[in-house]
Amino acid sequence: MPEPRANPDQLLRRLQAEEARAQRAKLKIFFGAAPGVGKTYAMLEAAQAAKTQGRDVVVGLVETHARQETQALLHGLDRLPLRALPYRGQTLQEFDLDAALRRRPDVLLVDELAHTNVPGSRHPKRWHDVVELLDSGIEVWTTLNVQHLESLNDVVAQVTGVRVRETLPDAALERADEVELVDLPPDALLQRLKDGKVYAPEAANRATGGFFKRGNLLALRELALRRTAERVDEDVRAHRHAEGIEATWPVAEHILVCVGPTPSSADLVRAAKRMAAGLRARWTALAVEVPQNRPAPQAQAALVQHMRLAEQLGAQVVTLTGNSVSEEVLAWARAQNVTRIVLGKPTHPRWRDVLFGSLLDEVVRGSGDIQIHAIAGLPAPMPDAPQRARRPLPSLRELTAASLAIASCTGIAALLYGHVATSELAMVYLLGIVAVATRFGRAASLLASILSVAAFDFCFVPPHFTFAVSDVNYVATFSVMFVVGVVISTLTERVRHQGMAARRREARTAALYGLSRELARARDLPQILMASRTHIASVFDAQLLFLVTEPTTGMLEQPAPRDDFQLDQRDASVAAWVLEHDQLAGLTTDTLAAAHALFLPLATPNAKLGVLGVLPADPARLREPGQRQLLETFAQQVVGAMARVRLTDDAHSSRVQAERQELRNSLLSTVSHDLRTPLAAITGSATTLLEHSHHDAETRRDLLETIRDEADRLNRLVTNLLDMTRLESGGLQPKREWTPLEEIVGASLDHLSRALVNHTIRVDLPANLPLLPVDVVLFEQVLMNLLDNAAKYTPPGTPIEISAQGDAQQVVVEVADRGPGLPAGSEARIFDRFFRAPSGSGIRGTGLGLAIVHGIVTAHGGTVSARNREGGGAVFRLTLPVEGAPSAPPEEEA
Amino acid sequence: MTELLPTVLLVEDEPQMRRFLRATLQSHGYKMLEATTAAEGIAMATQWNPELVLLDLGLPDADGLEVTRRLREFSAVPILVISARGQETDKVAALDMGADDYLQKPFGAGELLARMRVALRHAARTPDAETVYEFGDVRVDLPRRQVCKAGEQVHLTPLEYKLLVTLVKNAGKVVTHRQLLREVWGPNAANETHYLRVYMAQLRQKLEEDSARPKFLATEAGVGYRLRAE
Repeated sequence: MPEPRANPDQLLRRLQAEEARAQRAKLKIFFGAAPGVGKTYAMLEAAQAAKTQGRDVVVGLVETHARQETQALLHGLDRLPLRALPYRGQTLQEFDLDAALRRRPDVLLVDELAHTNVPGSRHPKRWHDVVELLDSGIEVWTTLNVQHLESLNDVVAQVTGVRVRETLPDAALERADEVELVDLPPDALLQRLKDGKVYAPEAANRATGGFFKRGNLLALRELALRRTAERVDEDVRAHRHAEGIEATWPVAEHILVCVGPTPSSADLVRAAKRMAAGLRARWTALAVEVPQNRPAPQAQAALVQHMRLAEQLGAQVVTLTGNSVSEEVLAWARAQNVTRIVLGKPTHPRWRDVLFGSLLDEVVRGSGDIQIHAIAGLPAPMPDAPQRARRPLPSLRELTAASLAIASCTGIAALLYGHVATSELAMVYLLGIVAVATRFGRAASLLASILSVAAFDFCFVPPHFTFAVSDVNYVATFSVMFVVGVVISTLTERVRHQGMAARRREARTAALYGLSRELARARDLPQILMASRTHIASVFDAQLLFLVTEPTTGMLEQPAPRDDFQLDQRDASVAAWVLEHDQLAGLTTDTLAAAHALFLPLATPNAKLGVLGVLPADPARLREPGQRQLLETFAQQVVGAMARVRLTDDAHSSRVQAERQELRNSLLSTVSHDLRTPLAAITGSATTLLEHSHHDAETRRDLLETIRDEADRLNRLVTNLLDMTRLESGGLQPKREWTPLEEIVGASLDHLSRALVNHTIRVDLPANLPLLPVDVVLFEQVLMNLLDNAAKYTPPGTPIEISAQGDAQQVVVEVADRGPGLPAGSEARIFDRFFRAPSGSGIRGTGLGLAIVHGIVTAHGGTVSARNREGGGAVFRLTLPVEGAPSAPPEEEA
Repeated sequence: MTELLPTVLLVEDEPQMRRFLRATLQSHGYKMLEATTAAEGIAMATQWNPELVLLDLGLPDADGLEVTRRLREFSAVPILVISARGQETDKVAALDMGADDYLQKPFGAGELLARMRVALRHAARTPDAETVYEFGDVRVDLPRRQVCKAGEQVHLTPLEYKLLVTLVKNAGKVVTHRQLLREVWGPNAANETHYLRVYMAQLRQKLEEDSARPKFLATEAGVGYRLRAE
């Protein structure tokens, strides 16, 4: 027989759990049955011992309840100052989480794990604080009484008659690495109480009367011992598991608990949790929504509470939609191999079951081999009976339409009367009821049913025109008519509601699909934010706010355009917390619930991208089951798109970096060569003029012209270098103004009149060309560079043509020449910086002119290309988008 | 003759520019006053009452805008601003503040002297001295509100006419977009430069031989327009 061995999956899970535990600091709980058993004392004793071993033990908060022995033990331990929080006119002392995070001791003592924090603290519960401490790597020792455990809450209430308000999810205890039971026999505890060692004497007297009865203490002690035993059992099991000892592994049980809005559902959930813990089974809390019975908002909130409770206790949470609760429950249970179903015992009178059917009965009958547990909840104060949401009152229009429909049925029946049997006429009315039901809802169709019976009786059943009936047979006809009418209206109503639910689901799916499609197309952050804003805001009826981390500093920034709502100081700190902890927080959550909005982290496993703030018009909607998951699904889509864009940006910026280096090298060579050449010519000419005064007039003029021309060239070069630098540094923002192309062409031809003197210029601009939204000065530079280039590289006497075509979307401008054309293969590279077409003509350009053209046109959102034209020569083509239109000048009479 | 030529105050901090301008202007008979800082320039203008100021926009102690503003507080002396490319905003601001014209570095002696002549002529002229103005084959008759080209009357809309008249009255000088808009459309239209561009295009269509290569209605990109005189 092969040795039983841990299977690889289990081993992996164990390793992962251990790894997580190693990263996470240890949690040690001093666990007791009741106040006064000495938990804090035990904790402090252990702390003193640890301190003598050289560990850095710090007291975060310890409640000594003025007990002298306990206070004595505090001596010599570092204590964090408490935080003073104003609350309802008082100042309360509270544990200072931030101080603890800053101090970072080896071990931190935080008393009373189940404590509820003063409103205004970061977390609502102290155990949330502890989780954050553990996550940041600080070992925490704390104390806990058994009555605070969530799953035992109702048992404790049954035993002691006292409902404990401050509860703690069992997960907190399960998370503990070490649980130390602090035990004291009840009699000893009562003695301590009597001696005033627990509370001050008068308080002690009150206490012994209520909670501290001997019976209570015995029961609590038993609970605490049993819970600790379970915990030990789990440790043993984990150990056996680790060693591959499978033998006692029970058959996989799966428990399903049906949850509704009634208060006893909470007890059901706790019972199911205990059962699941006892059986070591997984368990699921299931709620079924029936579309036509939409619960009232209070009931909805209660249901959500119960589902959240289940989730906290470790259940899987499922919400289904269907017409029959029992059918949905059974179908799901079968599909998921549920072995036990936990339901509430009915509390309503028996007649309701007879009339409307009983959920328990239906489930029991249909359950087959699934075990059913019917459990009674505590006789908790029943607030209001579960209410249905009030149906909207039927409109007068609907009721009138129903009456008219039945009136027309009466008309038709009158025509048929005498030709068919009287009872057949009822069919005409049924048709009418169906028509009304499909169009106008339940109230109208019920009215139609009643009116039909009445009209039929009054008009066609002898004696005519009275409601009296002579033939008893007609009573049956009436009953059938009415019942059929009611059934039809009920069925139709149900179909309508299902249709509405389906449409809602479809709308969500469509919105999600729409968002993902638009995100796939988005190329930059503003587009992503725009798409997200539209889709998410409409689906959740909320205002949105995006905060994006700056890639280099990691600081949160609000990207333009400004968002729907403003971020105040508090919200900003919540957003920062969300980003840091990668957890959602704020409105409708347990963490920092005082914020105005809900904040979701936008993060991938290796990058924090930002935070999404959601300010719903109605916060209750975000609490509905499924809504938050849906919101997170949307957020996940946004994260994907943002991560993609950021990667692209990174790649782009590293390319830009490399290009910048290359540019610097080219720039140096240009400066050294191209600046010196004209300077040499100027210096040479000037010194010649100075040193030899005997030149004839023609030579003097020649030398002077050289000086002027070379100075011009130097000026152009410097201008180009400056322009290029400005373009490169990204500091060039086009100052757009609506301008006729003709004006820019005119100005650039004017400036270049000297350079163009040997060329024929043809300008062909259509009269209906739209105004261009361009920076006039920069665009004049574009045309001047193109014209200058054409003049430089084409032989004298050849024409240069400027033409344009365009519509309201874009304008294409072409500058064409009849020169030698572009060297083959240089069409694309010609716009690169410092690219010079190899030519034998000895013409020296700077290699910057066309690069500047490219830079300026790109800054305008346009494109530029060059090609050789048929019949010889080159064409440079600029394509500029025209977005919007300028306001028309006011009309004037001609 | 030379004694009649006016006094020019040059406010310029760069010695080589001063040297060039001194040589050019003195050889043409102008009397020269030189200041190297804004404060000195204002002091000399107050003291000597020059007939023209050549003002560099980039001065060490204050910018040319400030000097223009201070000079205009007490004097209507023509101011010619000397600027470098890339100072469009400052240039336009100086013009809107009351400077008369500008020269962009580098400039030639001919251009400088022409601009100075225009500025001096405008300063010397009494407001409605000239009533008929001609450029090319275009004749603008102000009292009769008539515009003729090659002897034939040209029909202009009221706004076109107003625009043309504004340029004619400042012939040879640059007129900024803002000044033209305020003059023709009123103070509320100061930012609607495209109105102006559209009407300028119409004027060119009606008055220039080739509207794409205007000879007279010249564009000063980013600044304004100039009716070329002479």
